[in-house]
Amino acid sequence: MSLLEIKNLHASVAGKEILKGVNLTLEPGEVHAIMGPNGTGKSTLSNVIAGREGYEVTKGGVLLDGKDILAMEPDERARAGIFLAFQYPVEIPGVTTSAFLKTALNAKRRAEGKSEIDAMEFMKLVKKKTEALGMPYDMIKRALNVGFSGGEKKRAEVLQMTMLEPRVAILDETDSGLDIDALRVVSEGVNSLRAPDRAFLVITHYQRLLDYIVPDHVHVLANGRIAASGGKELALELEAEGYAKYLNAAA
Amino acid sequence: MAVTRETAETVKDIEQYKYGFVTDIESDKAPKGLSEDIIRFISAKKNEPEWMLEYRLKAYRYWLTLADEEPTWAKLQFPKIDYQAAYYYAAPKREKLASLDEVDPKLLETYKKLGIPLLEQQMLAGVAVDAVFDSVSVATTYKKKLEEMGVIFSPISEAVHKHPELVKKYLGSVVPYSDNFYATLNAAVFTDGSFVYIPKGLRCPMELSTYFRINEKNTGQFERTLIIADEGSYVSYLEGCTAPQRDENQLHAAVVELIALDNAEIKYSTVQNWYPGDAEGKGGIYNFVTKRGACRGANSKIMWTQVETGSSITWKYPSCILQGDNSVGEFYSVAITNNRQQADTGTKMIHLGKGTRSKIISKGISAGRADNTYRGLVRIGAKADKARNYTQCDSLLIGDKCGAHTVPYIESRNPTATTEHEATTSKISDDQLFYCMQRGMKQEEAVSLIVNGFCKEVLQTLPMEFAVEAQKLVGISLEGSVG
Ligand SMILES: Nc1ncnc2c1ncn2[C@@H]1O[C@H](COP(=O)(O)OP(=O)(O)OP(=O)(O)O)[C@@H](O)[C@H]1O
Ligand SMILES: [Mg+2]
Repeated sequence: MSLLEIKNLHASVAGKEILKGVNLTLEPGEVHAIMGPNGTGKSTLSNVIAGREGYEVTKGGVLLDGKDILAMEPDERARAGIFLAFQYPVEIPGVTTSAFLKTALNAKRRAEGKSEIDAMEFMKLVKKKTEALGMPYDMIKRALNVGFSGGEKKRAEVLQMTMLEPRVAILDETDSGLDIDALRVVSEGVNSLRAPDRAFLVITHYQRLLDYIVPDHVHVLANGRIAASGGKELALELEAEGYAKYLNAAA
Repeated sequence: MAVTRETAETVKDIEQYKYGFVTDIESDKAPKGLSEDIIRFISAKKNEPEWMLEYRLKAYRYWLTLADEEPTWAKLQFPKIDYQAAYYYAAPKREKLASLDEVDPKLLETYKKLGIPLLEQQMLAGVAVDAVFDSVSVATTYKKKLEEMGVIFSPISEAVHKHPELVKKYLGSVVPYSDNFYATLNAAVFTDGSFVYIPKGLRCPMELSTYFRINEKNTGQFERTLIIADEGSYVSYLEGCTAPQRDENQLHAAVVELIALDNAEIKYSTVQNWYPGDAEGKGGIYNFVTKRGACRGANSKIMWTQVETGSSITWKYPSCILQGDNSVGEFYSVAITNNRQQADTGTKMIHLGKGTRSKIISKGISAGRADNTYRGLVRIGAKADKARNYTQCDSLLIGDKCGAHTVPYIESRNPTATTEHEATTSKISDDQLFYCMQRGMKQEEAVSLIVNGFCKEVLQTLPMEFAVEAQKLVGISLEGSVG
């Protein structure tokens, strides 16, 4: 069975149709990249999958393990294994990164019928994960995303992903704002999670990221649809030629 | 409201005794209403010395002159209270339940979420417990140890007999009987409460009342507490309970007086979770409390921490009178109002001595259709050279039908003094909730996490075990506040 299946998805924001029939299937173990012009609906697609309010799905479905998840609350979807690394991570004043991670991790563990993580074990785990991402451990004592630089916010998103080990991870422009070294470290973090039972949907504007996280498929989202799909070479072609071809073709 | 009805039914029979009552001190019950006779009855029942009765009567006579002077300056709305319709002694109790099976399952669920031990659950829910159990003997052991160290920790009614010199000297010395409408009423009719005396130089090695919490007598609606920390001593005192408490009496008017002598320190922590009423605000407790501490000695310190989540109405301003030079007053407060709850709470810091310092950290959280007001006064007297105050008032709103208000008064009569005031108002945004939920947290869990983050600074000042319960309580009291 496919892990995630997006079927003829139509969605509107504020009465305007943004997604006009998106079809996309993620098999377990695969990495898919989505590229496309600004404002074309990439974040809209991620938000609809994650269940954010304010998006109206007018047609189609999103299936996880063959089951439609569109009627589920965002937290239920998350516990079912959907993870979204936000394009614009949200600040949570007063809540330390550590407290946040622990609460999230325990929510997941409870759903799996496990007991809450013990304090020592948690510390060890965080230490390991922050080190792997080249983050100073002290960072987790700071309020989540408050005063984090752009790149730090993106790293914190990936930290959460590596802690929660989701089944479907959507990375919405996680590479933007990262310096060259960070890009490599973060990509390694993502690659370390690649597994036969996990799939990734990587949204990016830059071919460069795909040198590190090598995708199985690359798609172009334009005019609310997947306008083209291909292998890694499609990303190179887009880099050289831009999106004009797809926009014109659809118009 | 069920409780009121039950009360009414249980006491129907007492009414009949009304007229033949005066001489009948053998009775366990007094009729409704307030009169000199009732006060004499209360005093006689407690076998009080003449001076105590005189004190009560003086207060009562003064209260009569205030008859129509209930404070109205607070931002609170409630129907006029008929003081002659209340019971001032031995308010009838509901019948004890036979087992926890008879208790409202919702209440039990809350106890469970708070992690309250089974035995305590039974006591709180009003289940008859007659077995001798461990914690009581633990309490007794500790009580003995405290006595050996010279600590006096007893019901105030007992202290009136055993330590009259201390009670006479200090009772009413911080909150005089004429202080305010509710304090005057309390002085006239107070039923019981705690008395604490810490001898010179002793650091009381345990949090007072932690071990005694479930062992406490029902002190009723007019509680009176007096704590004296003699020179160089230290005590941490805990009042209240995180578990929701029900009470037959709607009106509560407690008085707490603290006295810190030279180099002494008192830390007073409260978790108040009286029944807030239903979602429409019916049946909740009216809590009108006067709490005040006097830093009488040089370098003394009084620290108030309060977590106010219950009651339908909260009117409460734990204050510090900083008389001693270089004395310190601190006030840390979390006030949560949900549904139709109203809270008007804050503090007064009265700087009289030189080099006195005060700090106020107030966190108000408002949800539903609730109203939450911080009201604070910082007064710096002419002699308080180099006095300093720092005030920080933060409000957090959940939803758009609630209100938060900040009313700081600053009066300084000394040009060398400095005061600082910071205030913020924020909201829990949909984006924050979605972000948390995307990480698998339930909405209520997300609200609890964010609110706990918001009031962390205050919760951290609570003694450890209380802090953990208070954190859970913060989440529980906001359940159903979103969506
Ligand atoms: N709340 C909203 N109200 C009105 N329009 C919206 C709203 N949210 C998104 N849109 C519009 O929907 C379109 C798609 O936005 P989306 O964020 O999905 O684009 P994107 O492909 O992620 O772009 P980018 O590459 O710049 O991140 C845009 O035109 C955007 O302005
Ligand atoms: Mg986007």
